Amino acid sequence: MADKVLMRGNNAMAEAAVRAGCRYYFGYPITPQNDVPEYLSGRMVEVGGTFIQAESEIASIYMVLGASAAGGRVMTSSSSPGISLKQEGMSFLAGHELPAVIANVVRGGPGLGNIAGSQSDYFQMTRGGGHGDYRMIVLAPGNVQEMADLTYLAFDLADKYRTQSIILADGMMGNTMEPVILPEMRELDSLPEKDYVVDGMRGKRPSRARLSLILEPKELEDHNWKLQRKYKLIQENEVRFEEYELEDAEMVIVAFGTAARIAKGAIRRARSEGLKVGMIRPITLWPFPSDVVRQLADRVKEFLVFELNAGQMIEDVKLSLEGTANVSFYGRPGGSIPTPRDLAKVIINRYSQKFRLI
Amino acid sequence: MKKVYTRPKYLKPVANHYCPGCGHSIVHRLVAEVFEEMDIGERAIGVAPAGCAVLAYNYFDVDFVEGAHGRGCAIATGLKRRVPDAVVFSYQGDGDLAAIGTAETIHAAARGENITIVFVNNGIYGMTGGQMAPTTILGMKATTAPFGREAKREGYNLDITHLVAEIEGTAYAARGLITSPKEIRKSKKLIADAFQCQLDNRGLSIVELVSPCPTNWGMQPLASVKWIEETFTKHYTPGVLVERRPVSG
Repeated sequence: MADKVLMRGNNAMAEAAVRAGCRYYFGYPITPQNDVPEYLSGRMVEVGGTFIQAESEIASIYMVLGASAAGGRVMTSSSSPGISLKQEGMSFLAGHELPAVIANVVRGGPGLGNIAGSQSDYFQMTRGGGHGDYRMIVLAPGNVQEMADLTYLAFDLADKYRTQSIILADGMMGNTMEPVILPEMRELDSLPEKDYVVDGMRGKRPSRARLSLILEPKELEDHNWKLQRKYKLIQENEVRFEEYELEDAEMVIVAFGTAARIAKGAIRRARSEGLKVGMIRPITLWPFPSDVVRQLADRVKEFLVFELNAGQMIEDVKLSLEGTANVSFYGRPGGSIPTPRDLAKVIINRYSQKFRLI
Repeated sequence: MKKVYTRPKYLKPVANHYCPGCGHSIVHRLVAEVFEEMDIGERAIGVAPAGCAVLAYNYFDVDFVEGAHGRGCAIATGLKRRVPDAVVFSYQGDGDLAAIGTAETIHAAARGENITIVFVNNGIYGMTGGQMAPTTILGMKATTAPFGREAKREGYNLDITHLVAEIEGTAYAARGLITSPKEIRKSKKLIADAFQCQLDNRGLSIVELVSPCPTNWGMQPLASVKWIEETFTKHYTPGVLVERRPVSG
């Protein structure tokens, strides 16, 4: 078994990408994810890959599209305003049905906002973000180990479904240092074969075009339904979540990423005072673990959604519950990150309004 | 009987959608002929633009990726880095290359990206219906410059090939005309030289083809050709703009 190494979240993500077989990285500097291009600018040279610091976020996402169309395992990373710039290309990747891994190390917004960690891009990532009907797999790591593990997984999922996998981290997660066990280095010839690649006919096959321009409405409708069938398959097969202290819970916290980590500390405090509180932590934000949340409502009637934004995932929680339980919200937008003690106060307050404390 | 003229191997046997008198179909043919004569069609990958040539992959019988408006050089960069032995080219119009895609164009040249740009300049946005392009010259009318382009109101035209030629990473920059058979033959030689530059790993190559757009210029095809030769070429002079050997080391 591999040894534990101490790594920053952004670096763990970058190294895991290399180990997953990523040999093409195109990016542009933006805080708080600069460790990723800095790390890969050297690492790609070591492994014989390609690193380009592009002239813009827009150029970098289209370099991703080109290298992906030609069959490579490709990655780009950015932070909120940079992701907004990439959205056009992400829509094209969806329409062209090309795989890619894209990390969004979220910072506070809107506009230039700040460089503190935030979760305010939940809507943007889980709804597609760019133009047109499309979805992307959105993975939300809860610690540095998951920054590595989910990045590694992201490449396999992207190839399997010919879709984009998003690593939705935040400034806090990206810059936290923790011990991590890195995944195995993949041999490039063990990567899945691709039968749609545009790399020259070579006298072996007819010419191919990868495109998303489909002028005939009926044909474009068919293309859209094909994409939707793929998204349905992802919803059926790729939901991931963590259950925490749910056995006897009377109140369930729903939180992801850094917020979930804060929530664990808060739940421990609340439990030490006799409150029966647990948590469901979505690891895939899309597909959202709707069934699990809905089934929890058979025995739990109080849900508290905690996010580092003004209330975004709460909409998915409500859609999942379909009115079968009470949902309240506590959120901190703009890069403010409360302590477990702060959140414990909120939990105790809400809990005591609903249940008699022992 | 000896066959003296036939469809090039790398053009599909289909009718194209280009307007009568348009230069695109001639440029397609020239590129396809060059592929066949240089024996590079089997490893060619094109990037199609947003613009009149958006359906280029329906006509060229080589691998293609359809690009977003302006992003041809970035996509070509990704393709070439993944498949270095492929012959990668971005086919772009003036709005695509010199307005929305200026940054991608300039920086691909600055990186000395070993790709070829086939640039069709007709001084107008064709597909969207005749709006002013970055290459529209002073005095020329467009649907968004109804009184004719005036420097104080619409600003000046941009000679993007000249700009690209100034950049160290550009190995080859040339401009040809799609007017008379003589000029078209010269243009074909420029296209071949641009692709040879890529085969020799010398850096970015760009060949601009100044091309008629009778539909959006509101002229007959012959008048369009005459207008290019007498007026348009005052701003866009044909010839080789730069030819650099790679810097050693």
